Amino acid sequence: MNIRKIKAFIGVNVLRLFIAITFIFLLVFLYVIFAKGGKMISWEFLTQSPRRFMTEGGIYPAIVGTFWLTILSIGFALPLGVLTAIFLTSYAKPAWLVRIVRVAINTLAGVPSIIYGLFGLTVFVQLFKFDVSILSGTLTLGVLAMPMIINASEEAIKSVPRDFREASLALGATERQTILRVILPTALPNILTGTIISIGRVAGETAPILFTAATFYTRLRPTSVFDEVMVLPDHIYALMTEGSHAAKQMPIAYGTAVVLLALVLFVSGVAIIIRYKIRKKRKW
Amino acid sequence: MKTLIIFLFIFLILVSCSTGKVKIKIAGSTTVLPIVQAAAEEYMLKHPDINISIRGGGSSIGILSAINKIIDIGNASRKVSSSELDITKENSQDLIETEIALDAISIIIHPDNTVDELNLDQLQDIYSGKIKNWKELGGPDFKIVVVSRDTPSGSFAVFNEIVLIKERVTSEALMLASNNAVATNISYTPGAIGYVGIGYVNDKLKLLKINGIYPSKRSVKKNKYVLTRKLYMYTSETSKGLAQDFIDFILSERGQQIVEEQGYIRIK
Amino acid sequence: MNKFKENAFKSVTYIASLFTILFLFGIIASIFLEGLPLFNFVKIKDFIFNTAWHPTHDPPDFGILSLIIGSLYVTLGALIIALPLGLGSAIYISEIASPRGREILKPIIELLAGIPSVVYGLFGMTFLSPMMIKVFGIPTGLNVFSASIILGIMVVPIISSLSEDALSTVPKNLREASFALGANKWETIIKVVVPASKSGILSSVMLGFGRAVGETMVILMVAGGAAQIPSNIFQPVRPMPATIAAEMGETVIGSPHFHALFGIAIVLFLITFLSILITEFFINRKKSQ
Repeated sequence: MNIRKIKAFIGVNVLRLFIAITFIFLLVFLYVIFAKGGKMISWEFLTQSPRRFMTEGGIYPAIVGTFWLTILSIGFALPLGVLTAIFLTSYAKPAWLVRIVRVAINTLAGVPSIIYGLFGLTVFVQLFKFDVSILSGTLTLGVLAMPMIINASEEAIKSVPRDFREASLALGATERQTILRVILPTALPNILTGTIISIGRVAGETAPILFTAATFYTRLRPTSVFDEVMVLPDHIYALMTEGSHAAKQMPIAYGTAVVLLALVLFVSGVAIIIRYKIRKKRKW
Repeated sequence: MKTLIIFLFIFLILVSCSTGKVKIKIAGSTTVLPIVQAAAEEYMLKHPDINISIRGGGSSIGILSAINKIIDIGNASRKVSSSELDITKENSQDLIETEIALDAISIIIHPDNTVDELNLDQLQDIYSGKIKNWKELGGPDFKIVVVSRDTPSGSFAVFNEIVLIKERVTSEALMLASNNAVATNISYTPGAIGYVGIGYVNDKLKLLKINGIYPSKRSVKKNKYVLTRKLYMYTSETSKGLAQDFIDFILSERGQQIVEEQGYIRIK
Repeated sequence: MNKFKENAFKSVTYIASLFTILFLFGIIASIFLEGLPLFNFVKIKDFIFNTAWHPTHDPPDFGILSLIIGSLYVTLGALIIALPLGLGSAIYISEIASPRGREILKPIIELLAGIPSVVYGLFGMTFLSPMMIKVFGIPTGLNVFSASIILGIMVVPIISSLSEDALSTVPKNLREASFALGANKWETIIKVVVPASKSGILSSVMLGFGRAVGETMVILMVAGGAAQIPSNIFQPVRPMPATIAAEMGETVIGSPHFHALFGIAIVLFLITFLSILITEFFINRKKSQ
């Protein structure tokens, strides 16, 4: 054993230690959440509205609210995001426009979520007079999801080999036909998995919907996009801060956290597995 | 492109399919929230065709949204301020104020603390940072952890007016966003002192006498407990009708029972 | 006809990408239009350099220095925790783990990036904070330290996955040359691979900084909310995002306080924008190398 070997031994094990600390913390975190909230989960919890001053019953309206907000905002961001990615990968002219668009995307990706909330409040809630509603929340979250979807789509499109494109053009297809019939279908699975991962993100965001979509209590499913909704992450925050029966509401908050966490981890987990399978199968 | 059209289409359908269900939109003070939420549950059981949506936000949001007619009822734990009336002169003409309950701002500490009683001067010294240890008040040798509500909240406004007067809250104070956050934090912080609406006091907290008097139904009603305030609902002339019916329900015998069940004090 | 379709499709993609610029412009416009009117009441210098934040007193104090410093303390603390953990994980995954281990660890890290911040906040508020009081015997568990730990863990996946990308782009022949010269694995990592991917690692740290400085829910629930310049890490602070989130709902729209909150948003935006510019700078330098 010389000094170099000892150094190497220590160094490698410090790295092991670092990764171990991260995982131990996360295991404790997950354990606490699931241990305190897991016992709340029941069919009733998932399918009923809150009852008896939010100390009993379930979180059904919040699940529905999160569902609509997430689906609609992705529905808004996906087409815009994919089209922008096509612009960046296939047309990309003039260069100055590309540069500005890239700066815009990177900046949007870095803007703090609370500022998205203020943006939604001033533009959608106040200026467009959508009030606190699904629509305001959807648009705010959609803008927030756009950079994620653009980046995922761009990578997916770039991973399509150049040969595909050239072969298609050589056969006499136009640029548009090549994009729509060759490149997009090939890239689609990767675009979708990237999108699904961003669904997980959007579903867990709280700050942007605090002033734009979330409500403390409503009993019914939303009937139009102008309704305000209960949302899972906000429900956790609201119970922890605005509820008045802490002893009974804390378990509900944890139960809601389990549902949200399971939802996010499950959805992104599935996407990651699908992407892995696609990569393995890929023959080019 | 197709997807874009499809999604726009879905959007339009969703926008247009709003059914004829009647709605009452309520927002505002988090202190009033538990009363309104509990009342709304019962009200909706009686009137299945009505949906009530309740949002927090704070007294200012409640009052302003009611003035601007964005919502039907605005909850507030303080009276509308003159500056609010100034800003919205033309709209605020038909603002209707209803007192729905009484609340006592309750001073709470950790149950292990031996202090039982404070007077307003001591409270002022604690919150302005002049008294820093429980020892100075005859309690254990603990550093005092001052817990306050955020300065824009209705609770702070009342506390500020009665307790702090000209003093400013010490910058070391934990400023928390809501009643339950204060209550939760104090329940596990041995040196902490804080204030919450009386509905939020539970058995994990110790309630203090102020000027020798506990907040209770009697002391609040007889106006003997100093930190008493009224809780309000604001509506506008145009949003009357249904909203008024809901407020009438809260003012009814059953409604006032709900007020008491939630830990507040009836106004009638 | 075909020509028309070509052009129509092309224009649609152009219009879509213009939306990104429009949205960014909308965000900037909304915070500046609502934030700048504040400076009719308060001097910029006082706004930035005064430490007293009493927005509802009469007369009010709109000094945000303690909020800025609160943000920086918590962010710095988060990075001190996240940098070794994130970079360590990245090096381990990219250089030491077996291919099988890499295939498992990488997606797990990616999965962690999606954990909602409000759940972390719940954990911090109800579990970590009471534990802090018991373990350290400190007066309050809502403080810089608690907030930094949780924020740090949230930033680990960002630093880890981006650094890992950077490490994996280091050409194989660099490593082989190092081995051929007699260096062992550890020496190769420290003296060759990490320096070669320096700019990528730095940009991951900058992105982690941006994420941490703008994170709202954890800070709101765990940092304690005291508008002071802390004298040690066990004191509560009131970072900028938490101030906005806590007070926006309660303030009178159009009042000086309302504009002051947007003023904070401007400062926050400028700080994150600066971190983005620095990141770009590192990435561009890497490209030119």
